[in-house]
Amino acid sequence: MVPLSYYLLLSGILFTCGVVGFLIKRNIITIFMSIELMLNGVNLSFVAFAAHWHALAGQVFVFFVMVVAAAEAAVGLAIIIAVYRTRETLNVDQVNLLKL
Amino acid sequence: MNPMLNLWLIPILPLAGAAINGFLGKKSSRRAVTTIALVFCGSAFAMALWVAMRFSSLSLPYQEYFAHWIRSGSFTVDFAFYLDQLSLVMLLVVTGVGFLIHIYSVGYMWDDPSYYRFFTYLNLFMFFMLTLVLANNYLVMFIGWEGVGLASYLLIGFWFTKDSAASAGKKAFIVNRVGDFGFMIALFLLIKHFGSLNFSQVFDAVKPLPVESAGTGLLTIVGILLMVGACGKSAQIPLYVWLPDAMEGPTPVSALIHAATMVTAGVYMVSRSHLIFERAPTALTVVAIIGTLTAFFAATIGIAQTDIKKVLAYSTVSQLGYMFMACGVGAFSAGIFHLMTHAFFKGLLFLAAGSVIHAVGGEQDMRKMGGLKSYIPWTFLTMGIATLAIAGIPPLAGFWSKDEILWKAYQVSPVYWAIGVLTAFITSFYMFRLLFMTFFGDYRGAHVDEHGRASHGAHGHGGPHESPWVMLAPLMILALLSLVGGLVGIGNRFEDFLAPAVGSTEGAEVASHATELLLMGISVAAAFAGWILAYVLYCQRPELPQKIAARLGSFYQAVVHKYYVDEIYAAVIVKPLIDGSSRILWQGVDRKIIDAAVNDAGHGAGHVSDEVRHMQSGNLRSYAGWIAAGFAVVIALMLWMGAGR
Repeated sequence: MVPLSYYLLLSGILFTCGVVGFLIKRNIITIFMSIELMLNGVNLSFVAFAAHWHALAGQVFVFFVMVVAAAEAAVGLAIIIAVYRTRETLNVDQVNLLKL
Repeated sequence: MNPMLNLWLIPILPLAGAAINGFLGKKSSRRAVTTIALVFCGSAFAMALWVAMRFSSLSLPYQEYFAHWIRSGSFTVDFAFYLDQLSLVMLLVVTGVGFLIHIYSVGYMWDDPSYYRFFTYLNLFMFFMLTLVLANNYLVMFIGWEGVGLASYLLIGFWFTKDSAASAGKKAFIVNRVGDFGFMIALFLLIKHFGSLNFSQVFDAVKPLPVESAGTGLLTIVGILLMVGACGKSAQIPLYVWLPDAMEGPTPVSALIHAATMVTAGVYMVSRSHLIFERAPTALTVVAIIGTLTAFFAATIGIAQTDIKKVLAYSTVSQLGYMFMACGVGAFSAGIFHLMTHAFFKGLLFLAAGSVIHAVGGEQDMRKMGGLKSYIPWTFLTMGIATLAIAGIPPLAGFWSKDEILWKAYQVSPVYWAIGVLTAFITSFYMFRLLFMTFFGDYRGAHVDEHGRASHGAHGHGGPHESPWVMLAPLMILALLSLVGGLVGIGNRFEDFLAPAVGSTEGAEVASHATELLLMGISVAAAFAGWILAYVLYCQRPELPQKIAARLGSFYQAVVHKYYVDEIYAAVIVKPLIDGSSRILWQGVDRKIIDAAVNDAGHGAGHVSDEVRHMQSGNLRSYAGWIAAGFAVVIALMLWMGAGR
């Protein structure tokens, strides 16, 4: 049996990859994928704990997260397409008009 | 059981008159304004007379409750009225003289563009003055006390476009604040120690207390503080400086407020509190000394004044000093007696002076008058009577009251008496000087070509002219009162009448009847001496006064400049106060601390937000970085705190 700490370590690595990707990447699509990576990292820790404690709540939460992520992906991709149509770029550093 | 007298109507009537004239007077005719003012003031007088007629059937003191005011625990103050012998005398003097002066003002103020405003203020004054004399506790009295101060301020500054009038009004108001401060502290002390401000309750509590013999006690302090209040309102040393300046107001105002009624409020208040003063000999001595000094001091200033109203103003200060001298030697009824006769003859003097000023077209300098007796015989006659009365020539009113005061003063200390007689001599001198300079000799003024008062423009050309009858009638009535008003004092009748209200000095007579007659002779001789001296100096040898003045040199200059008291006050009190306020409080505290703190806080917030707003760069990744950093900090904190636990 794989110990809990292994799952958590992997979950942490996934989440950190997501954060770093979010921070350093300029392409919106990549940033978007980084977010998904973070979500999956969290999901992994949920299911790991659920299995470890024999509690179903963690599993159920993962489904919730997946549903929300799917909805978010739909909306997010729509926004990205709209941005691309108006600005003709996917570089977030050039999408910076919303400021004082 | 007393019948209901509805005393509250007496002050309310003039208030109604003031309200009607104040709100509607601007649009109504002069005739309507006159009617309103005279009817409401006159009905207050009629009601006072009616009360006086029923007076003998009342059980005194008569008290009347009107409305709640303050109910705080066991401490209560109500709008309630109090009538005893003392209030009755004041009531009759205030309404009677007030009504006569209202009539006079109709003639005097007729051509003033603010005619309605004048009568509004005058009626308002009557309301407050009647509140003052009818109050049944110190606090309601204080309302009246402050209210007459307000009316006085408004009327002194009646011609407020004139700078001197406006500042004279302010001066009167501010100097009075000093006195009111003392008065209020006295009231607080009364509340603290007796738990009440009701006359009857306070006096009942005071009665069993012993006389405070050594040094100071509560009653002494209260007495002295009350006297500070009286000094302000009644223009005594050291707070008398506002009264001469108050002559900037119209002459009827000087007569009503600054001679006959308001300035005597202090005497009334001290007499009302006689139970307190009688148990505090130190306070009484203070009253007597202040009164005596003021009487003498103001009289000497009066000698050298050339403005006819200023002479009368200093004369008023001096006569008020007499009244306080009387109170100070415990002869409260004599003080009130002099208050009454003074109201008659000084009111008359001011009104006659107003008539003179009116006759010569607004001139107030006596050096530009002279020889007026053939032009304005009626004014001369009435003013002559008033002068005889104030000088103390028997059997006119002033003689009786002044003699009473001097006699009582002699029994306490011959020093008071000596200064009093000397003052009587000076009084007689400067009053006859005024009379001779104004009415005798040759007319020295310019001929009045154009007279300001159109209503009698028909005889407004050429020389001085007599005033209309509406002004002369009050003069004559007051002259009659000045002639016979003193007779009520014969045989101690006035004193016996007032005795239940202000106590009596009867039985304390230490000197014989012969002494009394001798002293009377001396004071009458002093009055005649002043008369003769004035006659010699201002009728027979008119060049002499200037020579004497030149001989006296700097002393004469000091007297002319009123002993430089105004200048001293300006240098010692006013200037440091203004400098302190402007340099330390304004430039220092307000500008550099309060303003600076507020401004710096504002600027600081501006600067900080100017820096912080660059965080909102529009750059998505920098936002994400801040969020991540924030989370990192939160997690670090949680770990650290968890470790600490």
